[in-house]
Amino acid sequence: MSRPPAIGSPHSRVEGRLKVTGKAPYAADHVIEGTVYGAIVDSTVGRGRITGIDTRAAQAHPGVLRVISHLNAPRLPYNPNPGYANSNNPPGDRLRAFQDDRVQFFGQPVAVVVATTLEAAQHGARLVDVRYDAEQPSTDLTSAPADDPMTYERGDAEAALQSAAVKLAMTYRTARNHHNPMEPHATIARWNGLRLTVWDKTQWVPGTQIELAAVFGLPAASVRVISPYVGGGFGSGLRCWPHVVVAAIAARELGRPVKVVLSRRQMYFGTGFRPAYEYGVRLGSDRSGRLTAMTHDVRAETSSYETFTEGIMGAGQMLYTTANVSQQYRTVPLDVNTPIWMRGPGWATTSFALESAIDELAHELNLDPLELRRRNEPANDQSSGLPFSTRRLRECYTVGAREFGWQRRNPKPRSTREGDWLIGTGMATGVYDTSRNNALAHVRLDADGTAVVQAATSDMGPGTYTSMTQVAADSLGLAMPDVDFRLGDSTMPRVPPHGGSQTMASVGSAVQDGALQVRQLAIQLAVADGRSPLYGVAPGNIVATDGRLHVTNNPRRGETYQRLLSRNNRTHLEALGSFERPAQDRFSLHAYSAVFAEVAVDRQLGLVRLRRMLGVYDAGRIINPKLADSQAIGGMVGGIGTALLEHTVTDHRDGRIVNANLADYLVPVNADITQLRAIYLDGHDAEADPIGVKGLGELVMIGVAAAVANAVFHATGRRIRELPITAEALL
Amino acid sequence: MYPFSYTKVADLDDALAAGRRGGRYIAGGTTLVDLMRETVERPGTLVDISDLPLRRISATPQGGLRIGALVSMAEAAAHPALRTAYPVVTQALELSASAQLRNMASIGGNIMQRTRCGYFRDVTAACNKREPGSGCTAINGHNRTHAILGTSDHCVATHPSDVAVAFAALESTVHVLGPDGPRTIAFGDFHLRPGSTPEREQSLRPGELITAVEIPAHPRPLASGYLKVRDRQSYEFALVSAAVALHVRGRVIQQAKIAAGGVGTVPWKLPAVERHLVGKRPSPQLWTEAAELAAEGARPLEHNGFKVDLLKRTIERQLSTLGGTA
Amino acid sequence: MIVNGVRQTVTIDNRTSLLDLLREHLDLTGTKKGCDAGACGACTVQVDGRRVNACLTLAVRLEGAEVTTIEGLAQSEDELHPLQQAFIDQDAFQCGYCTPGQIMSGVGCIEEGHTGSPGEIREWMSGNICRCGCYVKIVKAVQQAAHGN
Ligand SMILES: Cc1cc2nc3c(=O)[nH]c(=O)nc-3n(C[C@H](O)[C@H](O)[C@H](O)COP(=O)(O)OP(=O)(O)OC[C@H]3O[C@@H](n4cnc5c(N)ncnc54)[C@H](O)[C@@H]3O)c2cc1C
Ligand code: SF4
Ligand code: FES
Ligand code: FES
Repeated sequence: MSRPPAIGSPHSRVEGRLKVTGKAPYAADHVIEGTVYGAIVDSTVGRGRITGIDTRAAQAHPGVLRVISHLNAPRLPYNPNPGYANSNNPPGDRLRAFQDDRVQFFGQPVAVVVATTLEAAQHGARLVDVRYDAEQPSTDLTSAPADDPMTYERGDAEAALQSAAVKLAMTYRTARNHHNPMEPHATIARWNGLRLTVWDKTQWVPGTQIELAAVFGLPAASVRVISPYVGGGFGSGLRCWPHVVVAAIAARELGRPVKVVLSRRQMYFGTGFRPAYEYGVRLGSDRSGRLTAMTHDVRAETSSYETFTEGIMGAGQMLYTTANVSQQYRTVPLDVNTPIWMRGPGWATTSFALESAIDELAHELNLDPLELRRRNEPANDQSSGLPFSTRRLRECYTVGAREFGWQRRNPKPRSTREGDWLIGTGMATGVYDTSRNNALAHVRLDADGTAVVQAATSDMGPGTYTSMTQVAADSLGLAMPDVDFRLGDSTMPRVPPHGGSQTMASVGSAVQDGALQVRQLAIQLAVADGRSPLYGVAPGNIVATDGRLHVTNNPRRGETYQRLLSRNNRTHLEALGSFERPAQDRFSLHAYSAVFAEVAVDRQLGLVRLRRMLGVYDAGRIINPKLADSQAIGGMVGGIGTALLEHTVTDHRDGRIVNANLADYLVPVNADITQLRAIYLDGHDAEADPIGVKGLGELVMIGVAAAVANAVFHATGRRIRELPITAEALL
Repeated sequence: MYPFSYTKVADLDDALAAGRRGGRYIAGGTTLVDLMRETVERPGTLVDISDLPLRRISATPQGGLRIGALVSMAEAAAHPALRTAYPVVTQALELSASAQLRNMASIGGNIMQRTRCGYFRDVTAACNKREPGSGCTAINGHNRTHAILGTSDHCVATHPSDVAVAFAALESTVHVLGPDGPRTIAFGDFHLRPGSTPEREQSLRPGELITAVEIPAHPRPLASGYLKVRDRQSYEFALVSAAVALHVRGRVIQQAKIAAGGVGTVPWKLPAVERHLVGKRPSPQLWTEAAELAAEGARPLEHNGFKVDLLKRTIERQLSTLGGTA
Repeated sequence: MIVNGVRQTVTIDNRTSLLDLLREHLDLTGTKKGCDAGACGACTVQVDGRRVNACLTLAVRLEGAEVTTIEGLAQSEDELHPLQQAFIDQDAFQCGYCTPGQIMSGVGCIEEGHTGSPGEIREWMSGNICRCGCYVKIVKAVQQAAHGN
């Protein structure tokens, strides 16, 4: 008997043993001979110019080798980045490490101290005395002037609002969030002549490679990026941040490998963040709840030197049937560092505003929130006119309502009480566009019957190592232990960023393509080989399982890869698999969810506690249910953080972030999390990509905050339009 | 971290001698090492006192309990006598920090811990407590977590300890040993309000060593408990907390010992609330009335005004929780 | 000091934390740094049988102490500690970065007897932040190792 397919089975992580024994090497864990330590000095003003740097005390500290700043750093080419996606460089002029005296935000790297020990480097950095000509920074989203808006218009939203039977206008606010992966960003840089190697924490190995090549004016082939394990990212690793360049500068200047690890505090200035938003929504509907008009008026933080945007506008254009839509999305340049995508980028923020607003409308109309959503379920994607590839939201609602016990809900707010706790339930819809991009993967089948599959992708936690192994194993007809999937090295085939939930679709499809090609090579070899039992069989009649090729209906007639290759004196068969994104999509591709939350709110103390949460997902095919389940509950935890805890606080007087640490920037801890449950609607989206997946990692974060806020409203009768929802809002 | 010399002392005399020479005692190190790394603390010499014989919890002849300064928070929390007699102390400990930190941190170090004010911990910000005369960044800055009681124009930082609030409620005593021998300090006198000298936080004299905290005997039955209100459910300092101990006999409150945390520049005893309760019969009405007195004299800042209300509600809740069972 | 059963004699800067000693001097990089300030638990190790934060422990203070890290938890190279196995079985990690600290903390939690209920485990495992949000499964893994289910 052949074994069941690997895809769809709840396999444990293939790299699990390395992780639970502490042997998986993350960026700072690589032991590189001769490494010295670099510690970054950050600016202590929010804007201005450096007027002088006194390094004497630092230089005199035992162990300090060198202090490098714009005063003595080499001028670097910083060539335009030819990257094929723009995450490395949003429009604008990227921050150039140590190239001039300008300070553009509080915490900007202004110098690096290199020393023989970590202690000396860190203390040396404290001893560098930087003087500034400080200017007043502008860091307040609410008061700063905005850029010209990006707009979208469909129909005449103003007129439709005017004449709408029911009108609502609300403004929602979301706090700045930092990704705060548990692993701090870290880079070890080593030069070998004109060749640079970095061991780096990154979600985009090829991206870091091309950016470093551009910065130093090198051919890409001269830069090697190694990143086998990523201790979480959630988007923070999508860009090559200044400290990576700083490590490379220091290593070049010192002629030794240099390791730079950001402190937790530096993670708040040295990497990006989910920007804060002000999000105005106006809804118009008829009495039966059919939406007639919707406007979105959005303001978001960006830096003064780059214009960062994200997928804010998508959901408002396609989630609900609405003839008249008007959107304005304005970035507000501030003296802050540039934001970066964070889990569910854009869509998660929009979903908080839009899904809260829909809940407000349901309340206004005295309609069940699910029913209101059903009434506005579109037949096709109104933003593009395209049909949906798969859209099973109705099913998400039905399954979710049933499993959550929605029908038991008393729709009246503040109707359920248990002792001091007010109990409420709420739900929200989630949607995220399915992205995928060109990817390559190399597959090699060795004469011993095992395969090595490689692509320069990453695994920041979703389980890339495992799921790619599953895909390759099934396509090659091998058992999972016989497939070795490797990633995280720029010498491997190119892939898109490990973000935007596109890894499985893009890299997975390339892996599948490569594996199928290799299988085909083997089949061709066999049918042409007179000594093979498969000689002369039509290739279409041959299948591969358990490391063997055999005739479809006759498992006995066949042979192992091993025998086939060794008899033919082949050391291996190999192929470069690829996935190419279609130039034009014929369908509207999105993943969907319905998220249900139950909260308890202390009626006196204003504390919100999440009691249970259920997510129902239409995400296409699920490669590994065990890992997908972990992803979903992890996304819920992230969303709960955004809803109830997370808030990067800036002191607008000088641009300082006052809670740049893990004791004051609160993320959920174990005690905050009780029952979380995920249900995946079993599916396959043939239009999305060859393996039928629609993306998971972003989707599972989206809708969570709105579901919580809606539940808080149901519990208390108080509508909170600002995240995070803290006690003071509910007292 | 600034370089320092390190010495480990074997007995109390050595410790005092080292302390007299300006050495800084280190117990669990969970406050000190953290602040040294931030260069907030810059001791020239660390005197490791972990071998000193201050690790016992013992009953006093008067019926109280004496907790050695080096007893870890975890050991204290697990101690049966303490748990039986003063649940408010046990609870305050178990709701503090994390299991790991409680394994490291000592009782003496805990009441000595320094404020969590973000500007105090950030040496690039002006702070009167860290650098007298430099100004207070928090007063007009972000002060959601700061104090509303006992503040001055020079400093508005809270004392962050939980167990100190329980000790304060129970009118404990701090035993110290100095060059001139042992002495005791009433808990209410141990922590100093900032006034114009926020850098002075305790009434310890230079080189003095805390040897124990003593909880006096209280009349029984004593219903006591600690309520900690915070944004997340664990591993966070208090926004507001309440330590309450009630002695009810003949359906009348004979004694009430109450203090609040998260709101004061020092663990905040609430004598007005206590007075209002004594001699009365427990009732929801009484809890509300008494709690109303909790925020007397509060001076809220831009972001912490909610603490005024939250304090009253927290006290009321804890009174009704315990009063109902008393 | 004895680390994972091996006597180590090292001369180091007074300022060196146990965490940096392990990572930068002894090449025991399984113990992770998440905050360097006691606020995340990634650095959890056992010192003399108790779970502590290695980042706030000065290495000079550990003369004669016994330190156990994730690398020394299992009986032998090719075995796993039951809690390590439980983490794999329950998929109690994603990125894996907090995992060594979670496991060392979980071992302490079990030894201290704080596994009576999921609620108790949640509270006593709250000193270890998992940003991937694996808490539900971490609780299950601790239960599995503590009670064999
Ligand atoms: C992330 C985090 C979260 C925390 N959360 C909480 C919380 O929720 N609630 C809470 O109450 N605490 C909390 N804490 C604080 C923690 O409880 C204290 O750091 C700890 O109690 C200090 O004790 P220690 O023995 O480690 O002190 P050390 O760091 O060793 O010493 C602290 C100070 O006390 C002095 N000292 C120590 N012992 C003596 C003595 N015997 N005589 C004289 N001086 C002495 C030292 O010189 C030093 O100035 C938290 C800490 C951290 C890092
Ligand atoms: S409140 Fe006190 S500790 Fe905080 S900045 Fe002001 S003076 Fe410093
Ligand atoms: S690194 Fe020690 S607790 Fe975070
Ligand atoms: S597994 Fe990633 S932080 Fe816990």
